[in-house]
Amino acid sequence: MKLQRKNRRALALGALAVSGALALTACGSDDTGNTGGDSTSTAKAGNIDCGDASGQLQASGSSAQKNAIDAWVKQYIAACKSVQLNYNPTGSGAGVTAFLQGQTAFAGSDSALEAEEITESKKTACTGGGQAIDLPMVVGPIGVGYNVPGVDSLVLDAPTLAKIFDSKITNWNDAAIKKLNPEAKLPDLKIQAFHRSDESGTTDNFTKYLGAAAPSDWKYEHSKSWEAKGGQSASGSSGVAQQVTQTAGAISYMELSYVKDGMKAVKIKTGAAEPVEATTDNATKSISEAKVVGTGKDLALELNYTPKAEGAYPITLVTYEIVCDKGNKAETLPAVKSFLSYIASEDGQGVLTEAGYAPVPDELITKVRSTVSGLS
Amino acid sequence: MDISTKSTASPPTPEPLPTEQKRAARGATRPGDRIFLALSRGSGIFLLVVMAAIAVFLSLRAAHAISRDEANFFTTFEWNPTASPPEFGIAVLAFGTVVSSIIALAIAVPVSLGIALFITHYAPRKLGGPIAYVIDLLAAVPSIVYGLWGALVLVPNLVGLYGWLDEYLGWTGIFEWSGGAPRALLTVGVLLAIMILPIITNVSREIFRQVPQMHEEAALALGATRWEVIRMSVLPYGRSGVISASMLGLGRALGETMAVAMVLSPTFDINASLLDPGGGTFAQNIASKFNEATTDGRDALIASGLVLFVITLLVNGTARIIIERRKEFSGANA
Repeated sequence: MKLQRKNRRALALGALAVSGALALTACGSDDTGNTGGDSTSTAKAGNIDCGDASGQLQASGSSAQKNAIDAWVKQYIAACKSVQLNYNPTGSGAGVTAFLQGQTAFAGSDSALEAEEITESKKTACTGGGQAIDLPMVVGPIGVGYNVPGVDSLVLDAPTLAKIFDSKITNWNDAAIKKLNPEAKLPDLKIQAFHRSDESGTTDNFTKYLGAAAPSDWKYEHSKSWEAKGGQSASGSSGVAQQVTQTAGAISYMELSYVKDGMKAVKIKTGAAEPVEATTDNATKSISEAKVVGTGKDLALELNYTPKAEGAYPITLVTYEIVCDKGNKAETLPAVKSFLSYIASEDGQGVLTEAGYAPVPDELITKVRSTVSGLS
Repeated sequence: MDISTKSTASPPTPEPLPTEQKRAARGATRPGDRIFLALSRGSGIFLLVVMAAIAVFLSLRAAHAISRDEANFFTTFEWNPTASPPEFGIAVLAFGTVVSSIIALAIAVPVSLGIALFITHYAPRKLGGPIAYVIDLLAAVPSIVYGLWGALVLVPNLVGLYGWLDEYLGWTGIFEWSGGAPRALLTVGVLLAIMILPIITNVSREIFRQVPQMHEEAALALGATRWEVIRMSVLPYGRSGVISASMLGLGRALGETMAVAMVLSPTFDINASLLDPGGGTFAQNIASKFNEATTDGRDALIASGLVLFVITLLVNGTARIIIERRKEFSGANA
């Protein structure tokens, strides 16, 4: 009897410990960069057209564009004081789901909408025959960061990257890497290729690039979760960045703003004569070669992962804002329209480089602007 | 007293009851007793309803996901619920969860027993109290802090141990190491061992405290050494308690999420070596994939959660059976 009572006490203790732990862990990891929006420019608030926007604007989605949104929101609410805007970086998948369920006014997403999602939107989020559309707003270069002692500059091409991340090339002094880097002193060191252990738009875009630029070396479908076997993994951009910094011989892909402290970004050999450095400018150059594949007002893009132009950096990620082309909720429409036209404006796009992203190229952003002005 | 309250209360229950129950029922007619009875009965039923609700929710969503799964849910080494057709299976997760928990138990149980015995039988009172207090503190550290510590301190410092294991025990295959960052199941096992240590230690300590003084004194009188006293009277007396303590610890290890997600380098592959990446755990997989998952992906994760739920139920059930079976031998009847 005594024993049992003690057990019960232990159970209570255990339950307390477990529930305490649960409560404390409930605030999960936040997948944001640290190039915060605090350094944002002093864009003239006068250029922001508030219209008759007011009230609360709820949005959620991609964490990849969180820093951009933060920077924009800061400028925007300074000009339009009657609007309250909450962007919740829950991840693209959750963002699209929330939008389709009509909980948010717009969603941020790293991937364009699937056909089924557009069909669903006609029944749920958008009324009066409207449908959900993708508006490209932010371009983000994906840097390939590496940590190899003694190697300050490294050039790789898509097939070599594919083989490295598929565990086909396992040592830094491999002939294929040597061939691309005749000058570098490559050590006899095992390659530790890190990928994301969580589902991520960055993984989706990086595997899209590998599949498109090195189809014979990368046999996997692109997907948000990593499909190749082997290699090491870590959670979140910050997680892989930390591992690359910590581990000699490590290499991984991440948003460019995470490539710093103890790691360098790989230069990518494309169809152009010179290897291309990962910079925001170079990312914009490659997006200019993107094709619009969305129908109607949908501006979903198909990127060109094998650009021939000089200085076009091929591994890029475009994040979209998702709204209805017609049939947006009447109470949020003015605010959505005014906010989106601000972020598509020259001032809005100008904020991006300071937040670690690249602006959408001119020709495309003009289309975005006209689409935004036609929202109803 | 009884009669006076009866007159003010609602009509008494007419059925004939055995004397003991009758007395209890009559007691329950006092307002305080009735309120308390209702409260405690309500709480009891509430708990059952909550558990049933969780089970129903898990089963419904899981059924939805599994019906869409094109691959065998139990044997597939793949997690791709958004692909068309969706393919996902829990083989790797079950492997990783069970193996890391077993490593954790294998490390934590002996250490916990050692600490508990030290506190109750060896340490001077001045030392035993503080140690017990520190162990309690260890239980209060949130798991995310263990995760941080594990990722930033434990992982880099295990390189030496991994190298040593590879050099001397690499031939077994289990301890082969290909030189990656030490973020494999063994590291997770070590971290989980530290995390479940307080529960096992505290419960065992309480059990060992209760060993009847007479048993120990009798053994000492027969000329037993202190170790012999522990071996012959303390450990047999505490066995069922230690088992249930270990199962509590195992429960925590099975469900640990954040710390594992921060330390493990999960792969959807099983590796015979404990030092190379291979396997993940249910909780870690749910935590890391949930944010970006679509509706189908979430259902698939919930299906894996159902499996964890069942495993945990089985573990607890087994522990109950073991304890029940040993009850008559335990010192509780002495």
